[in-house]
Amino acid sequence: MNSTIPALKITDLKKVYAGEKGKPGTEALKGVSLTVEQGEFFALLGPNGAGKSTLIGITSGLTTKSSGTVEINGVSLDGDPDTAKASLGVVSQEINLNIFERVIDIVLNEAGYYGIPRKQALPRVEQLLKDLGLWEKRNDKAQSLSGGMKRRVLIARALVHEPKVLLLDEPTAGVDVELRRTMWDFLRKLNEEGVTIVLTTHYLEEAEQLCRRVAIVNKGEIIQEGNVKELLTSLNYVTLVVDTKDVISTAQFELLRHLDVKKVDENTLELTLAPGDSVNDAIRDFTKVGVVIANIRNNGSRLEEVFMNLIKN
Amino acid sequence: MERSPALVGYYTIIRKEFVNMTRIWTQTLLPPVITMSLYFAIFGTFIGSQVAPIQGQSYIQFIVPGLVMMAIITSAYMHTVFSFFFAKFMRTIEEILVSPMPTWAVIAGFVTGGVMRATIVGILVIAVSLFFTRIPVFNIGVVLGAALITALLFAFIGLINGVFAKTFDAVQIVPTFVLTPLTYLGGVFYSIDQLPEFFRMLSLFNPILYMVNAFRYGFLGVSDVSMTLAFSVMGGLLLVSFCVTLFLFIRGVGVKS
Repeated sequence: MNSTIPALKITDLKKVYAGEKGKPGTEALKGVSLTVEQGEFFALLGPNGAGKSTLIGITSGLTTKSSGTVEINGVSLDGDPDTAKASLGVVSQEINLNIFERVIDIVLNEAGYYGIPRKQALPRVEQLLKDLGLWEKRNDKAQSLSGGMKRRVLIARALVHEPKVLLLDEPTAGVDVELRRTMWDFLRKLNEEGVTIVLTTHYLEEAEQLCRRVAIVNKGEIIQEGNVKELLTSLNYVTLVVDTKDVISTAQFELLRHLDVKKVDENTLELTLAPGDSVNDAIRDFTKVGVVIANIRNNGSRLEEVFMNLIKN
Repeated sequence: MERSPALVGYYTIIRKEFVNMTRIWTQTLLPPVITMSLYFAIFGTFIGSQVAPIQGQSYIQFIVPGLVMMAIITSAYMHTVFSFFFAKFMRTIEEILVSPMPTWAVIAGFVTGGVMRATIVGILVIAVSLFFTRIPVFNIGVVLGAALITALLFAFIGLINGVFAKTFDAVQIVPTFVLTPLTYLGGVFYSIDQLPEFFRMLSLFNPILYMVNAFRYGFLGVSDVSMTLAFSVMGGLLLVSFCVTLFLFIRGVGVKS
């Protein structure tokens, strides 16, 4: 693959869902343009109804667009949909499996739809099911699998034809923490092998951990796009949660008033540092008034703070 | 020799359809065999023995081709409508929609599934009918031609219904209110020559009449309509249903938002 050709190029994409019985339609996408380079790990973030899934739906051929263009590895989805789709793998948000089929058949059938004969697909399917911890379950019907296993079957199915670009719509929704971490490792490995990954997620920590670039979508528009690190530096304050060894007295709290602190509970303070503020100075002030710090941690995902600021504005 | 990707996809759908059909054979293959056995026993043997021959054939011989055709129609239709609607309902149709499979191969896969089930059911019902009577074969070409065109036609119609259906109730509307009445009034149990003129003329607007009569002609050499007209009607309807299905699939009706 020519690395100068973007893995995914979306230009001025618009989608209006028809309204029911004379009601006006819903404008889900208002001219979205986006370029994802080869080998990137890219996230689309946004609240519910922002248009992320519509974007994925149009790119994967499941939703019709109102206008605009989509190119996958330089091939137009309108001009040559078969070639464009051949290099794309899609993991949907819904568990869209035939629950009466065996796991191995679900993945082998998908290979067939991509033109790969059953015998030829078998070694690849075996490897994928082993990598995703599903080999022991290969002869089980999908209905007997746990939610996490079903999600892994969706990933195996999307990868069976060795796509160059993988679209994942909320891949870890409803998955427990341990499995989410395992899936992250799997996706990281896949990305290192050269697969371009585009995912939508509600878990901002997921985007922060996995992606180099993100786009924040809100009300059908991309309101911010860029490198995760750059987005984080755009955040002009840091909020730290300080757990204290002993109960914080009123007198101690009053003496710390010159800092931007909020009392969360009798053993916890929330400290906000503006640009130029030093953590060392703050700790020194805490020590000076006799507060013994047990632990200091970041207040949740920093990307979440960027996200919330952008959405609010 | 390596098969083209589209053909591999087509075979994959057929294989899947066959596996699904045989997995639930008590719902797909057994019911029509039991129903038709009852028809053979009650209408053919018990009541039929008291009915005068029609067009020179004993009553049971006269109704067997029509009943086989009825089973073919129902099986072809029910297979595609349920298979496609189920795929829509479970959203497994997305497995196919995201793939590079050409539209013709997807349609051909589902329709072949319907024809496959209709063929198996047709053979089983003919086999059962042999316990009740002997069925001669007047023209095997007409038998096979009529059966194939009818199975294809109703597989396409089932697919069209599957495209539009939004609930399981919608899947049942056509067989209950359209297919069953038209089949019963399509000359399965009588010759339209026995009807008053008005009803005889009205029957000529029922497309199933031509299918039943063509099939009966292939076995017994008797028919209420000419074979040219029968095959023209069947061929014309097949062409229309094919074009409608192709149009709906290309537009993504019922599956793409």
